[in-house]
Amino acid sequence: MVLAAPAPSDPRRAIAAAARWRWYETLFWLALLLPYPLLPTYLDLASQIAIAALFALSLDLILGYAGVISLGHAAFFGIGAYFAAILVQRWGWTEPFSGLLVSGVAAAAVGYLASFLIVRVSRLALLMVTLGLGVLLEEAANHLSGLTGGNDGLHEIAVMPLLGRFTFDLYGRTAFLYALAVLFLMFLAARRIVHSPFGLSLRGLRENAARMPALGAPSRARIRVIYTISAFYAGIAGALLTQTTGSVALEALGFQRSAEVLIMLVLGGTGRLYGGIVGSIVFLVARDQLADMNPQYWFFWIGLLLILVVLFIPGGIVGGASALQARLGRRA
Amino acid sequence: MSTPALAADGLMKSFGSLRVADNVSFELPQGARHALIGPNGAGKTTLVNLLTGVLAPDHGHVYLAGAEITHLAPDRRVKRGLARTFQINALFPELTPLESVTLAILERDGVAPNWRRKLGGCSAAIEEAHALLQRLALAEDCNRRTRELAYGRQRLLEIALALAAQPKVLLLDEPAAGVPAGESAELFQVIASLPSDIAVLFIEHDMHLVFRFASRIIVMAGGRILAEGLPAEIAHNPEVRAVYLGGTEIHA
Repeated sequence: MVLAAPAPSDPRRAIAAAARWRWYETLFWLALLLPYPLLPTYLDLASQIAIAALFALSLDLILGYAGVISLGHAAFFGIGAYFAAILVQRWGWTEPFSGLLVSGVAAAAVGYLASFLIVRVSRLALLMVTLGLGVLLEEAANHLSGLTGGNDGLHEIAVMPLLGRFTFDLYGRTAFLYALAVLFLMFLAARRIVHSPFGLSLRGLRENAARMPALGAPSRARIRVIYTISAFYAGIAGALLTQTTGSVALEALGFQRSAEVLIMLVLGGTGRLYGGIVGSIVFLVARDQLADMNPQYWFFWIGLLLILVVLFIPGGIVGGASALQARLGRRA
Repeated sequence: MSTPALAADGLMKSFGSLRVADNVSFELPQGARHALIGPNGAGKTTLVNLLTGVLAPDHGHVYLAGAEITHLAPDRRVKRGLARTFQINALFPELTPLESVTLAILERDGVAPNWRRKLGGCSAAIEEAHALLQRLALAEDCNRRTRELAYGRQRLLEIALALAAQPKVLLLDEPAAGVPAGESAELFQVIASLPSDIAVLFIEHDMHLVFRFASRIIVMAGGRILAEGLPAEIAHNPEVRAVYLGGTEIHA
């Protein structure tokens, strides 16, 4: 939920009210379509944003909802990205939707295996395990050059036209609409998940994992499920990148990507679903604009922005907006 | 005699050379209102942790309604009807009391793993959570964030979370810890008015509350059970007075 719900008269209805779809959500999603008619030369960037947003959404599911942090989330993004490429190049599987789905399932399978490790650790150990997983996978991809192309990556990965009709054009129109549609559908599913009983139990784990067994909750099993779902999301995001750009390189699963997605999510705000989307817009637009001005030092400003947000609006941009709206609402 | 609701048989636990539970055996009959007392470091919380499965005993057994649960995971014990509260608040700071108690109910009913259902559609659970909060005088605050609640209210929410599991046995670890004297009697009134089929074991330091609300008292010291009996027996037990109260008379 982006903004705070007005207090309903019946206290029992507050839980249902928090899940209600609001008009400004419709507005937000319509606004995301605007680059198509207004900024036709920026559609590549807009596609990148949609993909990054989906990746950030995937991280939000484990970090923002279940309180499980990761420094190696690009591992699952990378698996999806490479799997989508290998599907096309090795097996000639060029149908994009099923390719996306299969790549997501591949990432989810690895995520499920990793989750058995993840549930055993917390805090620093958790950071190190996820960091280790990321590094491990990056090196593995580098080493298995027969499969992954190693340092050169894989190129000229052409998928079939969408629905057999819409080819991936040079201007990135199809790619943009495809990426945005996938983001929207995955967002709706995530929204459904976080407003389910399971979603509430995830927030319970985030707020006090130690208490959950005393409520009768098998915490580890719960975390394994959301970790697997999150890896599925990350894999879909990675596969989208491969399909829309036609190539994949090692940086798809590098540490830089793991770090950037964390920055995007924290900038936008964790545990709100919209945080990752807003964060990736801010981050990637800032990179685009700042890199034009000063190609070497643009990360300086991102660093400064990150520090300011964390210090002064700990809920991130979306959390800050929500708090502001609540305050204005009280005054009105 | 009927099966005790909860029983411990020869529980032993050591941390290195420190023996924190030394051959602890006791029975909690159905519907009991027993107090567990003892000086700091006597092993009271350790015993609760052993009973609830947070700690595994080195030796000994735990039985819930006659069935052995010694090796059951904590969450499975809760499902079987053994609930507890914590000495230091273990709540969900950013959730509301309504959400927290609803969560506890959904966990109890096995609905919590469901990610296809809408939370807002679980009206029976929400309704029940609200009714429980109302019973504990928390209804007014039920949609505020837990971290914003006054301390005494948070202590009540601790109990509400345990009650939501509909336990047959309830272990209360210093439920009134840190609550002002006036409010602690109120809090114990809530405990006293719990359904009579719930067996309650509570740890408490305030002897006035212990003698007012306990039907039997278990005294621990140095990881051992020193004495167990009716309040009057405990009050006049010279060993208890010597070890636990430094020789002073207990005034009920």
